[in-house]
Formats: sequence, C-alpha cells, structure tokens
Amino acid sequence: MIAGAARGDRLFRGFARGAALALILLVAAMVVEMGRAATPSFRAFGWRFLVTSTWDPVAENFGALPFVYGTLVSSLIALVIAVPLGLGAAIFLAELAPVPIRSPIAFLVELVAAVPSVVFGLWGVFVLAPWLRTWVQPALGATLGFVPLFQGPPYGVGMLAAGIILAIMVVPFVTAISREVILAVPNAQREAALGLGATRWETTRIAVLRYGRSGLIGAVLLGLGRALGETMAVTMVIGNRAEIAVSLFAPGYTMASVIANEFTEATSDLYLGALIEVGLLLFAVTVAVNALARVLVWSVGGAVREVRE
Amino acid sequence: MNRWLAGLLCSFFAVLGSGVPPAAAQMLMNGAGATFPYPIYSKWFDEYAKVDPSVRFNYQSIGSGGGIRQITARTVDFGASDGPMNDDQLRKAPGDLLHIPTVLGAVVATYNLPGHSKLRFTPDVLADIFLGKITKWNDARIAAANPGASLPDQAILVVHRSDGSGTTYIWVDYLAKVSKEWDAKVGRGTSVNWPVGLGGKGNEGVAGQIKSTPGALGYVELAYAIKNALPAAAVRNAAGRFVEPTIETTTAAAAVVAKNMPADFRVSLTNAPGDNAYPIASFTWLLVYRDQPDETKGKALVKFLWWMIHDGQKYTTDLLYARLPPQVVKQIEARLGEITYQGKPLLAAR
Repeated sequence: MIAGAARGDRLFRGFARGAALALILLVAAMVVEMGRAATPSFRAFGWRFLVTSTWDPVAENFGALPFVYGTLVSSLIALVIAVPLGLGAAIFLAELAPVPIRSPIAFLVELVAAVPSVVFGLWGVFVLAPWLRTWVQPALGATLGFVPLFQGPPYGVGMLAAGIILAIMVVPFVTAISREVILAVPNAQREAALGLGATRWETTRIAVLRYGRSGLIGAVLLGLGRALGETMAVTMVIGNRAEIAVSLFAPGYTMASVIANEFTEATSDLYLGALIEVGLLLFAVTVAVNALARVLVWSVGGAVREVRE
Repeated sequence: MNRWLAGLLCSFFAVLGSGVPPAAAQMLMNGAGATFPYPIYSKWFDEYAKVDPSVRFNYQSIGSGGGIRQITARTVDFGASDGPMNDDQLRKAPGDLLHIPTVLGAVVATYNLPGHSKLRFTPDVLADIFLGKITKWNDARIAAANPGASLPDQAILVVHRSDGSGTTYIWVDYLAKVSKEWDAKVGRGTSVNWPVGLGGKGNEGVAGQIKSTPGALGYVELAYAIKNALPAAAVRNAAGRFVEPTIETTTAAAAVVAKNMPADFRVSLTNAPGDNAYPIASFTWLLVYRDQPDETKGKALVKFLWWMIHDGQKYTTDLLYARLPPQVVKQIEARLGEITYQGKPLLAAR
C-alpha cells in the first residue's frame, strides 16, 4: 500500500516535471525555429531592421520601427483610458455599489471580456470610426489643436481609434481582476482605517488600494499584455500605414497587424523572414514589458511588507 | 509498471484503430491557395461530387503565396494563385508547373461622393491619385473626364487593401502599366509601399472605410462591388473608350488577349486591347505539375479540370465571376492533353 503510494507520488512528480519542461521546451523551440526562419532578414538588414521606417515588399526593403512604435503607442493610449475606468468600476463594484446589483454587474463586465475581437473590430469600423470622424476629432482639433497630438485631418480610423478599441477590450480584464484583489483585502484593514476616523475615500485609498497595490498592478499588466498582442480589432481600425506620426489622428500600424495582413501572401524568403522577425520582435517586446512588470510588482510588494511591519 | 502502462496504451490505440472504417474507396484531392476564387472553387467541388463521387476535394484558401509554397513543396495535389508565378519561383519548383486559368475577376474603383453615381476616370488620373499627385476631387483632370459633373472642392482620401491580396496585385499591375512613374516608384506586388492613403482589411474593410468617409476613393473586387451595390467608376481602356466594369466587359478583356495567348497562360489582362474590354481584369489560375506523380490521382485531376472549363463554367454567373471565353477554353483543352504520368498523357486515357 505504502509502496504503491510512493510509486504514485513518483509518477505524479514525473508528470508534473515533464509538463513544466515541455512548456519551456516549446517556447525555446519556437524562438529557435523563428530565428532560423528570420535568418535571411537578419543577414540582409541587421540592426537597421529596428531603426528604419521603410516597409517596401516590392523592393524587399524592410524596417520595423513604425510597427514597434504603433504597438507601444496604441497600448499606452489603451492603458491611459482603461486604468482609471477599470479601477473606478472595480472600486464601485467591490466597495460602494448596493449589494444586490454587485454580482449582476460584475457578471456583465466579465461577459464583455468574452466578446470576440473581430466583433469589436466591426463595431470600430462601422460605429466608432465614423463617430470619431464626425464629432470627437473635429472637437478635439478645435479645442486642443495647438497640441501636435490632435492635429491633422480627421479620418476616424487611426491611432486614436485603435487605442480606444483596445481600451474597451482591456477594461473588463482590469475591472474583473481589480475587483477580486479589492475583495481579498481583509476587512480588518478597512475597520482599522474607519476606526481612526478616515472617510470612505480615505479608507479606500489608504487601506484598500495601497494594500492591494501589487495585485492591482498585476491586473493592469494583464490588460497591457492583451493590448500588445491584440491583432484583429486593431487591424480593422488603425489605418494600416507604416509611418510614424506624432498626431493621434494619423493612421499607424502594429506588429501583430502587419503579420496578420501580409503573412498569407508573402512568397519570397526575405519577405517571409522579415515578417517572422517582426514576430520575434513582438515576442521580445512582450517579454521585456512583462519582466519590467515583474520587477515593479516585486518592488511594490516589498514596500507593502515594510508598511505592515 | 511501465510494461503495464505500455500495454494499456497499446490496447488503447488498437481500439482507436479498429474504430476507423475500412479504407474508403474515395480519393482525397488536396489543394491550397488563393482566397479570391474560393467561393466558386467550393461550389465546383460540391457540384463535382455529384459528377464523380469517387473524388473528394479538400481546398484550403490560405492565400496565393501559401498556395505557391505548398505546390512547390508538393504537399498538395494542386495549388491556386491570383498572380502568375514568376520565373524565379518556377525554377525553384521540383517539376514543370502548368498554369490553368479557371475564371476571371475584375477590380473596380469605388468611391463616396454623394450625388455622383457614375464617375469616369482616365488611367493617368487614377495613377496620379494613388501617387498622391491629384489630391482634390475638383482637379481639372478629373473634371475633364466628367463633363457636366459639379465636383466638390474636397480632399480625396485614398483607401487600399492592408492585407496582401491578389486584388491589390491586379490593381497595381494596372497602375504600373499605365504610369511609368508608378512602375518605377512603387511597382507590382500583393502588398506594396503605398505613397498615400489608409489601409482597410479585406474588401469589407476598404468598402466600410469608403462608405463612412465622404471623399474617399478605393478599389474592391467586382463581385463585392456588385453584391453591395457600390458605385463603380468607368475607366478608359486601351482603345480609348470608357468602359464600365461588368461580367461581360471582364470576359471581353480575355477574349482579345486570347489571340496572342502565351503557351503557359501566364498573361496579364490589365489594360487589354479591345473596344469593350474593361482594363482592370485578370485570370486566376490553378497550378498543377505537368508530370503527375500518381497515375490514378493524375487522371482524376485532369478529368476534373476538363469538367471545370466546360460544365463548371455555368456556375460562374451566379457567383459573379466572369467565365472563360471559348477561345481560351480551346487553348486550355490542348494544355490538359499535355499532363502526363511517366510520359503517358492522362487526358487521352480517360
């Protein structure tokens, strides 16, 4: 009986270890295989690939800078909009809303997270972009037109539209996870703050948000991860122009979009290699952002522990 | 323990194996490639199953680039492409590849200019708009081709395809033929470095952007424009006449070219001569090896191709493709006779 249990343990450990190793091997194999396929592009362009802005499939001259820029900027816009919205909604749902409506609303928010991205894209093309073109962009241009961010002709589609679509897709993630984090904050924290005479807002700020900081940052980063890799919805509204423009009204392009757009028809080895190198770059950017996030969470986590001591 | 596990696995797979029905008499024909003709191809494969139930087709519309790669690697029995393979690609293939035209498609200029349902464009004007040299609708050269139309002082917003596409290839192939500057600066390809404009994904992306933006001008497939009742501009052809894009004028483009058809069918139909020829049209091709690696499969494939260029053509109209002109069908018949298995013609053996 005992021998059997030990054998079961060994078997289980072997399986778990195998699963973990398989994951690492899978990622390593992907990187190696992509690196191999991207070799023609490495050879032809070297570091220039990262810093030049021409993307000419006919002359086979490729530079990925506009895509990197587009991915980072559209994700940044998304976070600027989504974080206050998501956090606000989470605080409301966890702390302020009347109890009977909390669960139904939380459920609806999670439902939005399940909407396929192509649906957001269609909505972006037929509703959001025309609305931006006829109302929002002219208004922004008239009031904030002295800022270079809001200059240029209003097309509707462009960097701003992409950022807003991404924000809408990211908000449910940020809200749902932040709500869980806030709910996990021990009630003793709140009672202590209230006992010291803090107002509702002060309690939320000092006892809840600060306590749950690392979890909340995690929620934001998960949203950022989704924004960086999102493909279909962004492709449909960003305008797909490989150019770096200061204005948010101007069309842009992201790394995921160019791969989705051009991969099927790329015939030459160099063209294919360049697209795969963009994929590697996207991989690298995602890893870098996640690593940065880890560091951030660790440092914040340390700070919280100090406060508690 | 391990032996016990191995035994279990073996019996598991044995059970799986016995669950598979005995090898079907049906032959599976694999193909991959172009997305543009996918609706007519899947209709054909459907209808052909009634003609010859012993063959089943599996066609994956992964794009022309993918089709060329897969037939070159011999992972499929036939490829499909909207643009002809170039000499370099043909040299890389392990055998002699034939281009078999299947149907014709056309690309139309569509726009959003309220009150102007029938605009006319000359080739140089189209090229200069897409080069960014003509930027306003009331440009004198647009007005010259449209006497009587009061064109607004409005910026032209160019919309093109963002995804690599045979539609783009046909469009820029045309622009390159009618404009030296386009040929030198931009060139031909399924994706190009556009001098101006926004990119929309797919026909629906381009059409959606145009519909929602007054002053926009772009290009979509003829079938898509007809189905969605989009305005389609008439374009001046090589014979100097303004021709509206229709199924008939598309077929007319091929009919004239058929007189000097190159033996391998790798011919561009853009800017074709002929009074009634719409100038932005193209064949789409199936790619098959001249020497088939498998006799039974080769026979079945040739039999299907024969059916496709004859009986199959009657399904084109409903799906808004232009059918092959009779002269071209005759030329393809001759080509099908050249498909062999180890030197033995497969068509004669039918």
